[in-house]
Amino acid sequence: MILIPGRSSKQGTSLNAGKLKEEYQTVTSTIEMNESTMRKLGLSAGDRVRLSCATGKVEVECGKPRKDEDLPDGMIFIPYGPSSSELMESDTAGSGMPMSKQMVVDVECLGAN
Amino acid sequence: MAENGTELRIKGGKVYDPANGIDGEVRDVLVRDGRIVDKVSGKARTFDAHGMVVMPGGVDIHCHIAGPKVNLSRKLQPEDHRLDVHPATDVTRSGVGGVTPSTFATGYRYATLGYTAAFDAAVPPLAARHVIEEFHDTPVIDKGFYVLLGNNMFLYDLLKQGRKQDFKDAIAWWVTAARAAGVKLVNAGSDEFWKGRRNENVTDVNEEIDPFDLTPLQATAAFIEAVDELNLPHPTHIHCNNLGHSGNVQTTLDTMKSAEGHRAHIAHIQFHSYAGEPGKRVQTGSEAIIDYINNNENITTDIGMVMFGKATAMTADAPLTWMLRFKDTKWVNADTECESGCGVMPFEYQDTNYTHTMQWAIGLELFLLSQDPWRVMFSTDHPNGASFRTYPRLIRLLMDRGFRSEMMGRVNQKAIKNCLLPQLDREYTLSEIAIITRAAPARALGLVNKGHLGVGADADITIYTDDENRERMFNAPRYVIKAGKPIIEDHEFVDDHIGRFLHTEPEHDPAIEDQIRPFFEDYYSIQFNNYRVDASYLHDHEVIPLRNSGNKKKGNK
Amino acid sequence: MSETKTPEAEKDEPNIRIVEDATCTFCGCVCDDMELTVDLDANRITKAKNACVLGRAWFLQHGIEDHPQAMIEGREVPLEEAMDEAARILHEAKFPITYGLSDSPCEAQRVAVAINDLVRGNIDTTTSVCHGPSGIAFQGVGESTSTLGEVKNRADLVIYWGGNPAESHPRHFTRYTVTPKGRYIPNGKKDRYVVLIDVRKTPSAPVADQLIRVKPGRDFELLWALRALVRGRDIDPDIEEITGVSREVLDELVERMKNCNFGVLFFGMGLTMTRGRHFNSGALLALATDLNKHTHFVAKPVRGHGNVTGADNVVSWQTGYPFGVNFHRGYPRFNPGEYTTVDLLARGDADAALMIATDPASNFPKHAIEHLKKIPVISLDAKPTYTSRQARVAFMVATYGINTGGTVYRMDDVPITLRPAFDSPFPTDEEVLTGIHTRLKKLRANGRKKAA
Ligand code: SF4
Repeated sequence: MILIPGRSSKQGTSLNAGKLKEEYQTVTSTIEMNESTMRKLGLSAGDRVRLSCATGKVEVECGKPRKDEDLPDGMIFIPYGPSSSELMESDTAGSGMPMSKQMVVDVECLGAN
Repeated sequence: MAENGTELRIKGGKVYDPANGIDGEVRDVLVRDGRIVDKVSGKARTFDAHGMVVMPGGVDIHCHIAGPKVNLSRKLQPEDHRLDVHPATDVTRSGVGGVTPSTFATGYRYATLGYTAAFDAAVPPLAARHVIEEFHDTPVIDKGFYVLLGNNMFLYDLLKQGRKQDFKDAIAWWVTAARAAGVKLVNAGSDEFWKGRRNENVTDVNEEIDPFDLTPLQATAAFIEAVDELNLPHPTHIHCNNLGHSGNVQTTLDTMKSAEGHRAHIAHIQFHSYAGEPGKRVQTGSEAIIDYINNNENITTDIGMVMFGKATAMTADAPLTWMLRFKDTKWVNADTECESGCGVMPFEYQDTNYTHTMQWAIGLELFLLSQDPWRVMFSTDHPNGASFRTYPRLIRLLMDRGFRSEMMGRVNQKAIKNCLLPQLDREYTLSEIAIITRAAPARALGLVNKGHLGVGADADITIYTDDENRERMFNAPRYVIKAGKPIIEDHEFVDDHIGRFLHTEPEHDPAIEDQIRPFFEDYYSIQFNNYRVDASYLHDHEVIPLRNSGNKKKGNK
Repeated sequence: MSETKTPEAEKDEPNIRIVEDATCTFCGCVCDDMELTVDLDANRITKAKNACVLGRAWFLQHGIEDHPQAMIEGREVPLEEAMDEAARILHEAKFPITYGLSDSPCEAQRVAVAINDLVRGNIDTTTSVCHGPSGIAFQGVGESTSTLGEVKNRADLVIYWGGNPAESHPRHFTRYTVTPKGRYIPNGKKDRYVVLIDVRKTPSAPVADQLIRVKPGRDFELLWALRALVRGRDIDPDIEEITGVSREVLDELVERMKNCNFGVLFFGMGLTMTRGRHFNSGALLALATDLNKHTHFVAKPVRGHGNVTGADNVVSWQTGYPFGVNFHRGYPRFNPGEYTTVDLLARGDADAALMIATDPASNFPKHAIEHLKKIPVISLDAKPTYTSRQARVAFMVATYGINTGGTVYRMDDVPITLRPAFDSPFPTDEEVLTGIHTRLKKLRANGRKKAA
């Protein structure tokens, strides 16, 4: 599966309240997938999920499903934050920029919250 | 600033101070509190200048040293910085060089040529704040800029509506709001062609600009008249239409004629002195141009000389850089809303190339045919014709016939055969050099305290070791004193200095703001109240007095 | 300076103040048309007229927290003592690095570069992890660009690539690029055609006349195909298979681009952070340049933080390079991948870090964060962050644009002066940095004396 971190309005507004506040922490550890992907993985909103790759692993929560036409199959969206950092490879291939838009991750369902 | 009580005596040097009629006389120059004085106490520190040449600090009347276009050029050319680093010393900041050095390197390197003031020639009002911020980081030299108004949409609307008084007031408002030292026109009228008509350009100065119902020449004439009537210290500073095109001599003559008795300054005129057919080979047009200038006292000019080597095209004349672009060279275009265009592109003048050699020769011809050094001044339009670091070499070319002919033997011979240069054997004197690099630019800018060493002048002084090789001499002054403070001693930096910001404040009816504000709200993307550069940016500054206000100096820290 | 207007109500209610034409620095739009209502008793902004959701949160949630100005290892200390300690750390370090800067005004950024020049450190800004690749691409191909007002006045074709302004820069469409009426765009949105190119359907999609979905990681191939078509060359017949976009859609887009009067390509981090990085930005900038053979065409990265563009400008004018600058040899050197912060930390090079208004501890790759935990960190922040919590010396500073003035550059390089709304008990970042700089100069002068 491909993980795409990005900005979202909620992540932006919760940033203003403070990063050490709960809202920011919740927003940045909630992922989004489309309906078919969730169905295929047997996930529903609120489930705990473990994302892992060679760099690290994190536990996050599964958000509400997005419509199939809004998000391609096999793609996971997550707002930037500590969870995406945990998975991010630090090699920048000489550019200074870690590859942080398309990370290949494994998904493991940990069951309902 | 000059610390109170600092006194200097520069003893026994050959002084070249043409504004005060002093031509190589051996005499002392005395300094107190940042100014030239006629007496100092016994405690004054003495510099022994025997056998040395003493001149006022150089004043660059036309260069591009700060602001968005320069910064784009810096960012664009890392390859140009790598080979020319500028290490920090105990008293100075580090930086990088190349054709567009970092701010600190720019200031220090001007100082190491004996220059103590420089004027950036093209600043869109929207970028004025940026330029002034960079000036704070450009050490040693004093600096100011000309504000770009020659494609200002609101001003063109006023001209279209025939509102002459409003036009004048609006110009004065813009100069004041941007904190400029003068008004600049660049390829007047071309913005609409470039941004609005799919990258076209003005070709005929008598062709109407849609939608303003007036021609570039009419617009230019209107600016020249208004700026003169406003008594700005420096006349309208004009980059004529058709820069760089063969056959542009006619456009340049038409532009000068449109001044009709008003003062006008034609910038980097070398680039506008080309005979020949449009689209064909460049021929020299220097005689026709310089004849007109020799005979018309209302015109001043700087030459914009070319020197072989690396340069960078950097101009508000965006269509020009597009025309110069070949083989997909990296290229920058940057449009400023309602005000200006901008083009930046690395460029190299090659001595094997016919056109480049011709440009080099025409710059020299114009100088060697000039009859009035007070109106024909030194510049390379840095970094367009060459970096300012080529000044010493160009000065030697003007002063040394032998060096000139030796160099002529090494460049494109077809061009040499087609130009006048081989027939000209004039050599500039030190006094004439002092005029074209110091006294004349200061006078043309209305800087009453610069460009000379009379009592009351700013103590900006350069002391050179006299050397027959004038390139070597002008390349490394032994001492540079800025505002009464020794900055370079025995070729080493001994102190740092921020330098002053110079600008002017023409009078105008403040009600003009009520006319500008609605236009602004419709077509700009920032708020009118956030446009004016507020006083917090000025730091150490000086208001250049208007022409009618006599010699009195206003405003200061 | 800040022009403040006192409304009529002032007589009875002396502690309300209205600040007109204030500037929001939350995102790179740097909207300077805020009308702020400030309750001076409560030290709060109660209304932010014209602000978007993010801007409103930025202003309304800003209060003065009860927090020490300075801490050393979590213990409150006087400001002076913290500045002494910060200077000592930077003076003694062999490889001090500075990072952040994109949420500080230019006045503070200038001092930050000066500090690094003095201690021969390494300075880098958040550019290196957002549009750094665009900066690298710029060095290779240049850029045809414009201020946002020119887009408003003239652009009849507006394309967004790999960005989601509706969520990241909410007023980009409404204030600058799509809805406003301009000099030659009398009917606003009706006179423009808007295309969105992205891997997913984002909340920005409703504004677009056309949405083009590119396969993830295939931006470069799509851009290169467009360049080829604009130049009249033929392209791979499998283009749809490769990029997810059909030949018909491509042909139509190319015609539209060549035939508009004034076109603009905005691009976001969807382009710079994926496979291809600076090659993607370079391809896009080259496409815009190529299109100038047909019409007037410009491009512009949609920059993120309030003053990241100012940071690029300041670092460029002082050093000649936009980010990732090292002073170790006594003059600036530039090498992304070597002098960029993620790499410096992940390799374990840095032995002290000055973090200015940034929170790498929450958004850097894991290995970089691990090294950061091992070295002394000095942090300047307006709110507690993961980084400040771990810092050896932590300064709490006033918030720019709300409590302090200064200059900020909008994403299109237009400089804007801030108008503060109310005072803060915290020092400005410029004051803290200047304090450190002055101390460093003394330490160095003493060091020289000793050596002599
Ligand atoms: S668009 Fe950006 S700058 Fe404008 S109000 Fe919203 S957050 Fe602030």
